[in-house]
Amino acid sequence: MVAGGGSAPDVILATEGLAIEFKGFRAVDGVSLRVKRGTIHALIGPNGAGKTTCFNLLTKFLTPTEGTITYKGRDITRMKPADVARLGLVRSFQISAVFPHLTACENVRIALQKKRGDSFDFWRSERVLSALDEEALRLLDAVGLAGFAELPAAELSYGRKRALEIATTLALDPEMLLLDEPMAGMGREDVDRIAALIRSVAKDRTILMVEHNLSVVASLSDFITVLARGKVLAEGDYATVSKDPRVIEAYIGVGHG
Amino acid sequence: MADGAVAASDVGATEFALRERRDTGALHRAIFIGLAGLLLVAPFLAYPVFLMKVLCFALFALAFNLLLGYGGLLSFGHAAYFGMASYVSAYTAKHWGMTPELAILLGVAVAALLGTAFGALAIRRQGIYFAMITLALAQMVYFFSLQTPRFTGGEDGIQAVPRGKLFGLLSLADDRILYYVVAAIFFGGLLLIYRIIHSPFGQVCKAIRDNEPRAISLGYRANQYKLAVFVLSASLAGLAGATKAIVFQLASLTDVHWTMSGEVVLMTLVGGMGTVFGPIAGALVIVAMQNYLAHLGAWVTIIQGVIFVVCVLVFREGIVGVIAKRVKQPL
Repeated sequence: MVAGGGSAPDVILATEGLAIEFKGFRAVDGVSLRVKRGTIHALIGPNGAGKTTCFNLLTKFLTPTEGTITYKGRDITRMKPADVARLGLVRSFQISAVFPHLTACENVRIALQKKRGDSFDFWRSERVLSALDEEALRLLDAVGLAGFAELPAAELSYGRKRALEIATTLALDPEMLLLDEPMAGMGREDVDRIAALIRSVAKDRTILMVEHNLSVVASLSDFITVLARGKVLAEGDYATVSKDPRVIEAYIGVGHG
Repeated sequence: MADGAVAASDVGATEFALRERRDTGALHRAIFIGLAGLLLVAPFLAYPVFLMKVLCFALFALAFNLLLGYGGLLSFGHAAYFGMASYVSAYTAKHWGMTPELAILLGVAVAALLGTAFGALAIRRQGIYFAMITLALAQMVYFFSLQTPRFTGGEDGIQAVPRGKLFGLLSLADDRILYYVVAAIFFGGLLLIYRIIHSPFGQVCKAIRDNEPRAISLGYRANQYKLAVFVLSASLAGLAGATKAIVFQLASLTDVHWTMSGEVVLMTLVGGMGTVFGPIAGALVIVAMQNYLAHLGAWVTIIQGVIFVVCVLVFREGIVGVIAKRVKQPL
């Protein structure tokens, strides 16, 4: 591993010996990651490898038992999720995370509203938010939802909900995105559309994603970390990782029988 | 070519939806105007004291619905704010000789403080635990009221509270004059709640209600918003309770009892949770039942229970919720 990688300027997110224990079971056990700025970094591994747990540690929805997380040279190990988001590190969710009773436009606006700072102004009319409508519509258009702006998010199809979620996330203009299985449960056409979207979004951002779909991982990611049983099994680009005998073993399960 | 056609129809759909949104605004404005007109003529059609009771409970239910319907938080202890404000306004009007508007304002201030303290404790938990904590804290307020007869009058309550003169000028002894003051307070409260729901703050509250982890992941500190909406709701419940004490010239243990917390849940559910106008309809139905069925004695409670069960089973959206579905507009 790169010596002193945590402080290198091209590393945006780094973990050092990250571990979490649930009643004696170490779901994540000493994981050290280096995510380079401007890359698409994928986190893969067989079921139960600790991918989602690791992801929740990075997004602060879980607190690690051991280890540190550094984002842009700043220790964020003990920070709260909302505060991490304010630093430009924003996550998506595996299940489509929209606000079902708000319209698609309002969903995106909730994120755009963040630029006003906090919104405790309960005495002001929501008309002050209509200044954000134009940008919200532009973002919706970018994910192919221009015609659905006034529809409640609950009425959108699954693929469109995911697209809406991405538009909402992009509205925050985050420096780094953490995507939790962006393709989970999607049909073929949707997968291609979202993959293209992720690629275009990644041009000036860093992305770390957990993903099951290996063809997506192969075509999108610059760097892959393979987890197995809570530990880093292998790292490198797809060509390297896919040839690694330990990875093949972990996926096919040789030695388990 | 085909793409162009799809895009055009999509734009058409958006325009249609935008027009619908404007229609909703116009419809709400019409309802507000109609309601104002109704409030003006109502004392000539019905008994003012009954109307004032409806208005106080409607405001209480509106305040509760702000928290439940738009904050997604089920408080089972709203009697604490309603009742404590009622005691404070009755006590200060009677023993300190406060004018009614000051007595009511003091009641609201105490409800806001109580709401801040209790809210800060309760929002740390979710769902049923949140409800239980609010109930437990409200029970503390009840026992405090029971044990401090010097302040609350114990079992007797604070009786013969003077209605006094508004701003020291206008005597409120006449039911009809008092009615218009209460109607103004109610209408002001309704407008404020409407504004809160349709404010940037209200938008974030609705987002947190819909999906809290997602709102947090966008950088909103959900607990601060929950506390803010809790305090607003408690203060408005206090406004209702404090006004009620002046109207009935009485503050009693009934106001802080847990059944009062239950009643406001009932009114909100019957009227339509998460609708703007539902709680008003719910309060009207429940108060009217209590008044006009009073001669049936204990049967009132049983009828109320049956109505509650029917509501939950048959039309969960409540009266106004069902109407809103019919006219396909949020009400």
